[in-house]
Amino acid sequence: MHDLLTIGKHDFRSRFILGSGKFSLEMIKAVIEHGGVEMITLALRRANIGGEANILDYLPENIVVLPNTSGARDAGEAVRIARLAREIGCGDFIKVEVIRDSKYLLPDNYETIKATEMLAKEGFIVMPYMYPDLNVARALAEAGAAAVMPLGAPIGSNKGLCTRDFIKILVDEINLPIIVDAGIGRPSQACEAMEMGVAAIMCNTAIATANDTALMAKAFKLAIEAGRAAYLAGPGRVLHSLAEASSPLTGFLEE
Amino acid sequence: MAKKRPEPMEHLDWMEAIDTDIMDRVLRGAEAYLCRQYTGREVENALAADHLSPGDFCALLSPAAMPYLEDMAVKARLETRKKFGNCVQLFTPLYISNYCDNHCIYCGFNCRNKIRRGILSLVEVEAELEAIAATGLKDILLLTGENRSISGIDYLGEAVKLAASYFPAVGIEVYPLNVAEYLFLNKCGADFVSVYQETYNPLRYAQVHRSGPKRSYPYRFHAQERALRGNMHGVAFGVLLGLGDCHHDAFAAGLHAYFIQQKYPHAEISLSVPRLRPYINDRDLFPQNVGEKQLLQVMLAYRLFMPHAGITISTRERAAFRDHVVGMAATRISASVKVGVGGHKQEEKGDQQFCIADPRSVKEVHQMIVERGLQPVYADHVRV
Repeated sequence: MHDLLTIGKHDFRSRFILGSGKFSLEMIKAVIEHGGVEMITLALRRANIGGEANILDYLPENIVVLPNTSGARDAGEAVRIARLAREIGCGDFIKVEVIRDSKYLLPDNYETIKATEMLAKEGFIVMPYMYPDLNVARALAEAGAAAVMPLGAPIGSNKGLCTRDFIKILVDEINLPIIVDAGIGRPSQACEAMEMGVAAIMCNTAIATANDTALMAKAFKLAIEAGRAAYLAGPGRVLHSLAEASSPLTGFLEE
Repeated sequence: MAKKRPEPMEHLDWMEAIDTDIMDRVLRGAEAYLCRQYTGREVENALAADHLSPGDFCALLSPAAMPYLEDMAVKARLETRKKFGNCVQLFTPLYISNYCDNHCIYCGFNCRNKIRRGILSLVEVEAELEAIAATGLKDILLLTGENRSISGIDYLGEAVKLAASYFPAVGIEVYPLNVAEYLFLNKCGADFVSVYQETYNPLRYAQVHRSGPKRSYPYRFHAQERALRGNMHGVAFGVLLGLGDCHHDAFAAGLHAYFIQQKYPHAEISLSVPRLRPYINDRDLFPQNVGEKQLLQVMLAYRLFMPHAGITISTRERAAFRDHVVGMAATRISASVKVGVGGHKQEEKGDQQFCIADPRSVKEVHQMIVERGLQPVYADHVRV
């Protein structure tokens, strides 16, 4: 029996989603192969359909393309970019990114909810990138999101799970796949997130900037699989003894 | 309307004055910057910081930072890779007119220079755009001299519309405009605006801009802010290094960009680092020459202070210098550059603004980027 990741009506064996924005295109095939990746993001603004360095020319046919709305500053722009992606044949998946801050590239949760609602109504399989906030995640689920993609740390920072506790709340409370997007810098961090019960990991910078991208992709694949297996196995308890023998609080019961 | 000679710190009647305090803050900051008071210790603190303050930026631009150039380069490369990955954006400029009303003593286009003047007809503009598009480029910068009657706003609008029909990313480097004019050009298809203050020192600015509307310091200074209020997506800043004191000018340009980013956080910010190159009527006017080492220091300090900002490297620099700074600090590089009027399809219609040092074609620059293990990026903007 396979442990499948289901997003919308699509099943994936791999829980490793590759971001493509910072790659040298020539490396992509090797990274997909070594990382066992089945889904890869595509920034529509970078697509350059029919032109030089068109990423679509570098993707194997069996890979699901997850176009994103990077460059959108509000919900309206995100919706228009999503429609363009569908028009050029990228399918119904859309990763909503609404960013109004060019310095930290933090997502605008409010506009993201609006865009998610509009796109879900149009039949898109919407995967919104968001700052991990429980109320926002609930609103996204209500709006029709197929998954929720909280950031672990600012994009490109490689700082890992800075938002660990808040992502765990989403894992516990939201009945959708929670996919950590942004900030994961090392395979060990990906593994930790998977152990927590996160459904998948999206990663770009950590691999694109590694000395050996293919090997790093393999390391992420193994870490994600290990973390998932640990989560399914149920981590053993770590017992902390709080009792102090010298003055037990319940000692009066024996008096 | 351009005949009256503005006082350097005033607007002419037709120049829109906006309510903003950024110019005062930049001028105060630049005035307080005593670049020779910094020591190696402050440079080391700046290099150890995760997020640099304007004070750290001062240290990295100071003479005390020069012995730390290699450390700055290593950290800058890391920051560039974190923010931009392997990507290097390709673009080219297209000069569509060199008529100019300004007497800027450092510029080849200045109105006193007896050069061959020209403006492309819209048919010629389209022929040039077609030739550039055939090279594979998707990002274009339209440039003019400053003449509102010959290359007026309606002409610019038509040229931008044509450019937008060939290129997803259209930038303009033309004379500063009012908000409504930026809005108009944005509707026509332009999303990016470059305006360089040349020097941020008001006294030096007045010395080198002897006549013409460019003499108004504040109108030029506030151009980026007006452009963003005119719905432009991104704005570029820069000084002509060597025109004034390099440390102060580079600091003021960085501070200007920093304050604009704080006030307009959605704006894409980029910085350019042109330095004075040989031109007609030069005659040793500028003793404060900026060498490659100092130019690199400025680029690295910009990268470390503003890791998110694009940095453009000009063809004024030699190929080997450009090759080494892409991926380390620079993220945008021009290719197949002509600095006369037109010249991509047909013979140049007007003389050049300055001499270029790197005449390589798009294919050659593409190849260089690939050989350096980086990714040439053609398209990085979608208009919606």
